[in-house]
Amino acid sequence: MTLWERAQLAITLLAIDPQRLGGLVVRARAGAAQAEMLAAVQSLDIPKVKLQHHMTVEVLNGDIDLTASLAGRQLVTRKSIFDCAPSLLVLPMAERSAPQFSARICQALEAGLGHSLIALDEGVEEGDGLPAALTDRLAFHVTLDDLALQDLSSIAFPSSLNDSRAAVRDVILPADLMTQAVTLAASLGISSLRAPLLVGYAAQAHAALHDRYQVTEEDLKAAVMLVYPHRATRLPEDSEPEAHSDAANPPEAPQDPTQTIPLNDLMIEAVKAVLPPDVLAQLQSVVKQPASGSGSGTRRKGNHRGRPLPARLGPKNSGARVDLVASLRAAIPWQTLRKAANPEAVGPIFKASDLRHKRYEIGSDRLLIFTVDASGSAAVARLAEAKGAVELLLGEAYSRRDHVALYAFRGTGSEALLPPTRSLVQTKKRLAALPGGGATPLAAGLAAAFHLALQERRNGLTPTVVLLTDGRANVALDGSNDRAQAAADALMVAQKIAEAQIPALVIDTTIRPEKTLQTLAGTMRANYIALPRSDAKSVSGAVASALAQS
Amino acid sequence: MKQPFPFSAIVGQDDMKLAMVLTAIDPSIAGVLVFGERGTGKSTAVRALAGLLPPIIAVKACPVNSADIKDCPAWCEISDATVQSIATPVVDLPLGASEDRVTGALDIEKALTKGEKAFQPGLFAQANRGYLYIDEVNLLEDHIVDLLLDVAQSGENVVEREGLSIRHAARFVLVGSGNPEEGELRPQLMDRFGLSVDVMSSTNIDERIEVIKRRDAYENDHEAFIAHWQSEDASLRARIVAARAALADLQTPDSALRRVAELCIALGSDGLRGELTLLKAARAFAALSGDAAVTDEHIRKTAVLALRHRLRRDPLDESGSSSRVARTVSEILGD
Repeated sequence: MTLWERAQLAITLLAIDPQRLGGLVVRARAGAAQAEMLAAVQSLDIPKVKLQHHMTVEVLNGDIDLTASLAGRQLVTRKSIFDCAPSLLVLPMAERSAPQFSARICQALEAGLGHSLIALDEGVEEGDGLPAALTDRLAFHVTLDDLALQDLSSIAFPSSLNDSRAAVRDVILPADLMTQAVTLAASLGISSLRAPLLVGYAAQAHAALHDRYQVTEEDLKAAVMLVYPHRATRLPEDSEPEAHSDAANPPEAPQDPTQTIPLNDLMIEAVKAVLPPDVLAQLQSVVKQPASGSGSGTRRKGNHRGRPLPARLGPKNSGARVDLVASLRAAIPWQTLRKAANPEAVGPIFKASDLRHKRYEIGSDRLLIFTVDASGSAAVARLAEAKGAVELLLGEAYSRRDHVALYAFRGTGSEALLPPTRSLVQTKKRLAALPGGGATPLAAGLAAAFHLALQERRNGLTPTVVLLTDGRANVALDGSNDRAQAAADALMVAQKIAEAQIPALVIDTTIRPEKTLQTLAGTMRANYIALPRSDAKSVSGAVASALAQS
Repeated sequence: MKQPFPFSAIVGQDDMKLAMVLTAIDPSIAGVLVFGERGTGKSTAVRALAGLLPPIIAVKACPVNSADIKDCPAWCEISDATVQSIATPVVDLPLGASEDRVTGALDIEKALTKGEKAFQPGLFAQANRGYLYIDEVNLLEDHIVDLLLDVAQSGENVVEREGLSIRHAARFVLVGSGNPEEGELRPQLMDRFGLSVDVMSSTNIDERIEVIKRRDAYENDHEAFIAHWQSEDASLRARIVAARAALADLQTPDSALRRVAELCIALGSDGLRGELTLLKAARAFAALSGDAAVTDEHIRKTAVLALRHRLRRDPLDESGSSSRVARTVSEILGD
């Protein structure tokens, strides 16, 4: 079965039972394949509703129609966009939708209104894609990027579509086939229980399509091929070694839950045939990938600049800008009332409670957390250079409006020299006064930076950890002088930083590049820069270019 | 509207079910937070709970479901004191709901057409004496969270607008569900939930097959399925009613108080709220089990539910908070 045939089958099955199957994700860049799919969707006899990811709350939830209300002197409400006959919702550029927006669609799909969704995912790179909560509810997922023009043919729905629709709910699904579907889901590492349910529905639709009254193995196989591949998180345990060779290291399954029931090999083969060859690598890349971008921060809300968000009631005197139109809209309905209470007033009567404030979504500021090794081993030769480099970086941070925090570690623990600030002068003073000497509690320094990074991320900043050290850790987290334990602890914290997806940068201040430090940087998924004996300026240059990449 | 999936028919997920039953026995436990993966039946359980709860007696026309005409707020001007039995309200707070919708506001229709001032109650009023359910609670807008925190704390909703000053009781059990992958919850809001549960889908194949079978029966053989489980739900409901009655006479020995305090100190949970909630949960559990006094066993069973979301977060701790609580419990109470 070719990719295009799969896509055809998916949309046909969806047309037979849209309510229970939930929908279809079409991952394709704008182009011929996507256009064919859309043409097929348009030719369906189900009402279509086009959604846009920037639709406001008022559109999604319904609102008062002010113009009509005022003209007619009675309350006219505009219905929610979902408040209509069972329709096919079509969402272009689905990968751009905010979590709140997709959560609202999920609720609409679950509300029993009979809607289903075609989500057009035009994401280009791995990692950006639809929110998982949404894709979990949609039965099918087709990727059309690799199709050539000659593979495409126009999609025509069978003329018996209506008969299939009438029959689909009465198709019998034998219990042993359902058991197979559940077992297969477990062996593919699909934890959501919606998946086997959807397979059942898809199999019923497939049977109805072929005028069968009972689901056969063939129907189930077709359903499994459409529903499972994109959800799989691992290959079945007893799979062929060649399948393993694609994926670097298949994650080990904690226990094999499939051993009680023998799996139908045919089914596994069916799924494997359509599994993307690098499924595991892809999975890992999704987890691995930190936020991409040009070093700008994640989004947060503010009230001065950025992309406009819906206006809202704000605290008085908050310094936020007033949204005049929204305020007018809020005030108008009350005019009859207020005029009655205050007959001699001229013009519309405003009250403080009508004021609406503008809100914007802006990229958050970046926070550079400098974690400087001030131990004896590092200090003597290189501390001065490190200081110089930090100072240069500070200047740069200042011009980019970044925030800076400074930690130093030596002796038995780490010390916060400077909480996050933008004050250059402060930072320079503290840095100049930083003494050197003592042991190297690398893990403690990293842990302190990690805590700060998590905390400030919650406050809306985007932290980056910059570690300057020689990597000769010799004090463990509990303060003991155990070299092995110290190194293990440092690696453990580095692992945590990587898991939390905090971008990091390791600057090796030794004269000869330190092997252990490279390992540490690898664990932390940090950029590693070895610093040959050189001046502060080259450190700064190296850091600046590394940061620009991250 | 289809009848919701029966509560007793939910396979596994014992912690989640227990937590919900405990809040039904003692609503002052103040809520359950259900965090977990997709497709684990979080929403199903909450909807099922609505069908399980015993009905309440409320004044007929009262917008806040008052039990007695004395409790009705003055602004609703109710003169008819007849009471009726209504289902315990379970109100959905949808994402993207406006402030007006949540707290209530002037009735815009009356203001526009008749020029009258009238208060239109919001979701807080509807949920009084019942449940307020927030799906995807971690995606809730900040300003709604602020409103929620205030009302959940004070049990009273205050609306000031157009010279109207409205206040009414808003005591409800907060039920939130969400997927931790989509965002964190503010610690302040987390703290307002009495109990918290981490749900995972079962790894047991037979259990998973059973889930699918029941769901299938619910979809395709609706009436028979509901009829089959109705009796189970009814007996659970009877146990809840009995436990509510037993709660008043339940003994709480000083040793139990001491145990609870020891536990909370050992775990370093913030504030006294954890201690109070654990005590209430243990009492409710004792009442449910039909015991006359709170014992270590009851505390042991409810400690993880009541405390796991109140620990200081330590990102360097490998084990999750559930196992941290469980470890401390077995240290203090013995195995």
